[in-house]
Order: sequence, then C-alpha cells, then structure tokens
Amino acid sequence: MTLAELFRNPSEWLKAEGPHCQIVLSSRVRLARNLQGFPFPGWAKKSERVRALEAIRPAVESVPALATRFSESMDNVSAMDKQALVERHLISREHAAKNVGSGVVINGDETISVMINEEDHLRMQALKSGLQLQKVFQMIDAVDSALEERLDYAFSPRLGYLTACPTNVGTGMRASAMLHLPAMVLSEQIGQVIQAVGKLGLAVRGLYGEGTEALGNVFQISNQTTLGETEAEIIERLNKVVLQIIEYEQNARGTLLEKKPRLVYDQIGRAYGVLTNAHTITSKEALNLLSLLRLGVDLGMLPAALRAVVDELFINAQPAHVQKTADRKLTAEERDCLRADLIRQRLVDVPKPEMNETPAPENPRAEET
Amino acid sequence: MKCDICHQNEATIHLTQILDGKMLKVDLCDACAKAKGVQETGLGFSLSELVGGLGVADETRAESPGAVCPICGMSQADFKKTGRLGCAACWETFEAGLNSLLKAMHKGDHHVGKVPGKAAHTLVIQHQIKGLSAQLAAAVRAEKYETAAGLRDEIRQLESQLKMSVGKK
Ligand SMILES: [Zn+2]
Ligand SMILES: [Zn+2]
Repeated sequence: MTLAELFRNPSEWLKAEGPHCQIVLSSRVRLARNLQGFPFPGWAKKSERVRALEAIRPAVESVPALATRFSESMDNVSAMDKQALVERHLISREHAAKNVGSGVVINGDETISVMINEEDHLRMQALKSGLQLQKVFQMIDAVDSALEERLDYAFSPRLGYLTACPTNVGTGMRASAMLHLPAMVLSEQIGQVIQAVGKLGLAVRGLYGEGTEALGNVFQISNQTTLGETEAEIIERLNKVVLQIIEYEQNARGTLLEKKPRLVYDQIGRAYGVLTNAHTITSKEALNLLSLLRLGVDLGMLPAALRAVVDELFINAQPAHVQKTADRKLTAEERDCLRADLIRQRLVDVPKPEMNETPAPENPRAEET
Repeated sequence: MKCDICHQNEATIHLTQILDGKMLKVDLCDACAKAKGVQETGLGFSLSELVGGLGVADETRAESPGAVCPICGMSQADFKKTGRLGCAACWETFEAGLNSLLKAMHKGDHHVGKVPGKAAHTLVIQHQIKGLSAQLAAAVRAEKYETAAGLRDEIRQLESQLKMSVGKK
C-alpha cells in the first residue's frame, strides 16, 4: 500500500479504546536485533548497508503480520512524509534522517512497524492504544520469531542479542507506556513521580522546554535496563509502576476537583474557548490545550466521543500532518493558521463543557493547608 | 557553549529531559541536531539514546587500550567518538571494558531472556559435546576402548552438525 493509503485511516492506537485508555494513550514494545556477519548500520559503508537492507527487507515482508503493508526504502520517502511518520510514532527521529540503505515496513493498521538500518539492523515495534504491554509484546515477539527463521541474528549466549549501543544489549527490548497526566502536572506532583520512577530503574521521557512540563502533559515511561532480566520480568515491573501512576493521577484528579474546582473549570473552559475560536495557533499551544480538553472528557464535562477526536488532533495538529493536509510545504505562520482552522472545524459540533455548578471563589489561604 | 556531539560548533539547540530522576541536558549545534533528526516539537524521542554512548567509551578505553576489531576495523578511538560498536565481533574486542560498563548500567551481567531457536539448537549441541567429552575421558581412564571409540564417533558427528549450522551463515 502507498503512504497515502496508510495515512487515510487513523492509527489503531488513536482509537482511545484499550484498557485504562483515559490515562494510558498507548503501549509499545520495541526490539533491537542485528545480523551476524554485517557491520552495524552506523559503522557500515553505504554498500554494506544496502546489502544488509536487501537481505532484511524481503524477510520482513514475508512475515504474516505484515502481509498488508507499506514498505519503502528511506530515500524514496519525502522529508515531509518522514516527519509525519515520526509524528505518528512509527519511526524514530534518528530514522527520519536516513536515506539510501535504510528502509521501513509498516502494517496496515500501524500496530507493527519495522525500521531497517536505524542504529541497529532491525528495530521493530508493536503499538496499541491503552495499557496492554503483554499484548504488544506477544505481537512483536511473534514477528521476531518469524524473522529469526529467515535471518541469522547476532546473539551471544552470555550477552544475548548484540546491539550497537551497550544500553540495549541482552533482550534488546524497550517497553513503554505513553501516559496523559494533566492532574499530576496541575497539582505539581509530577516531579516527585518522575523521581520515584527513576529510582525504580525506569525512565520518564517527553521532550522538555527549559525545566517546564512535557508537551501536552504526555509522559513516556520505559525500562532503562535490558540485561539480567527476562522480557516478562521487565514488562511486569513496568506494568506495576504504570498502574500505580494511574492511581496517583486519578487521585490527583479527585483532589483537584474537590479542592480547586474553579482552577479545573477555568483551565478546561479556556482550552475549549481558545481551541474553538482561535484563528492561529502553534502546535505547542494546541497540544497543551487539547490535553485539557481530554481531561474535560475524562471528568464528564465533555462528550466521551470527543476523546478519540482529541487523540486524532494530537497527531493531526503537528507540523508535518498540517502540511500534508495542505499537500504542500507551509511556513510556520501558514501552519499555525491552517492548524487553527482544522481544529475549529473538527470541534464545531462540540457543546460547551458542562460544569455542574459554579464553585465559590477559592480561598487562597485554605489552599495552603 | 559547545555542541555535545561534535565538540566544535556553537550549540544552538538546548534540550532537557528527565532521566533516572535527574535532569539531563544536551546542547547541540544545528548540524548535529539535524543529523540526529531533532525537531522543535514531538514526543517519543530519547536523549538518553542520543547521548547514551557519549562518555561510555571513555571508560572502556583504559581497559582495552589500542584494541582494534579484527572484523570491522573499529578502533578504541572510533568507539569513543560514536559511543556505538561497529559489529557483533566488537563485543569481544572490547569485552574487558564493556563488562564493567554493563555491570554499572544493567540489572545483571548475563542474558536470561529470549534465545533464538537456531542459537538454542547450537547451545544444546555444545552442551551434548561437553557431556560426551567427559564420558569419553572417563572411558579412556577405565580403559574401555570400545565405548570410547563409540563416544568419539558421536562427538565427531555432533561437531560436524555444529560446523554445518555455522557454515550456513
Ligand atoms: Zn555539533
Ligand atoms: Zn567490530
């Protein structure tokens, strides 16, 4: 299938329907694998990379789960499409910089994608909405087992799957959950969570501006270590921590509504006001306001059907997707205008947030206790 | 402020990420940011992966000085520059330094996860050969030469199986 056909439908993980989808946007497991007898992509000459790609790509295309697929060499993907693939979480930023000798294979519903000659010969991922780490692991494990029949992996009995970077050796596995934590941010508890999670050997990521909160209150939590634990142990450890954070976020939402309803109503009301009326908006502002709209849905102030719309806009409001809508390269100003138009149109039928009662002004002194 | 990757150009892009409870800061020049595909917005990008190797190679240099991989030609200096190994054989070339690094970086020092089917097959044969070799030595000691001859044949057969599966690569 072509990239246009692939992009016609929203990604499976944007359906906002998996377990715990109120807080967990998506679950992902990525495996790194390399071939025996080929230098790793970063050190290989162009001709060696091309040779490796020629060996790997047919093997990947033969995997049953990738029977319906988009498969292309990276030099045949335009810069804008590469960026759009990054925005859809289908390739890494590093892979978007690749050209001749690298490739990508993605299945029809975008739940499985395989990068060929990224930092390792193979980086394959399974991605689904909600919290279902075991499920996505099983999916990618099956792809890996199918590939292993046709390819000779670089594997050491002592060190496991050999990777280009020492941080990935062993299982070569990175499992992650993408969490939406607006109440943890609003109540300023996110810093503590990040610290606690770090102590458990897990990493919290998200692209940061100088010391501020993550874009759109979205945080990714993933395992940091890959050697000395089985895949199942790593996933279980991560799953436990994610469940704990879900509980924290739910508690924080309850506490906020109880103690600072006016702050919550104000934030959600303003987000609704701006998004439904803006005529120019940056992607950063859009993502942060969409996050608040999603919180409004979770709190029952906005229709439940809006959650999937917000998730879809989360991707469609990003720079490359806006340009793909226009079908041409746009300046930053043009993008901001078109983005505002797209969001307004998409939200045109959404009623005003329902706020049961107007809470009394909050007593600043009471908040201190 | 100089770029963390090339150490030459002035850094113009400043990224911050939280890792292990600590703030990780990376400063990049335009060229390196572009090469690494860094953009102003978006999620799912890990600074730790970007800089994971930087500094890592420093530690290994002291323990395997002057080592060069016989298969891919990567030297200690090359490894230091990229923080990435050149091929599977590099893992043996730089083994001494990598071992202490892995111990600091991971939960354990050996793999306990999935084993590819082919590798499992090889491991099983290697294990069988080891066992038969011990039996052979015992048979020779006991002067049971007929048994020993039989064991030797079995070992040879397994060894040729092993060679064949390696040869296929
Ligand atoms: Zn630089
Ligand atoms: Zn090497």
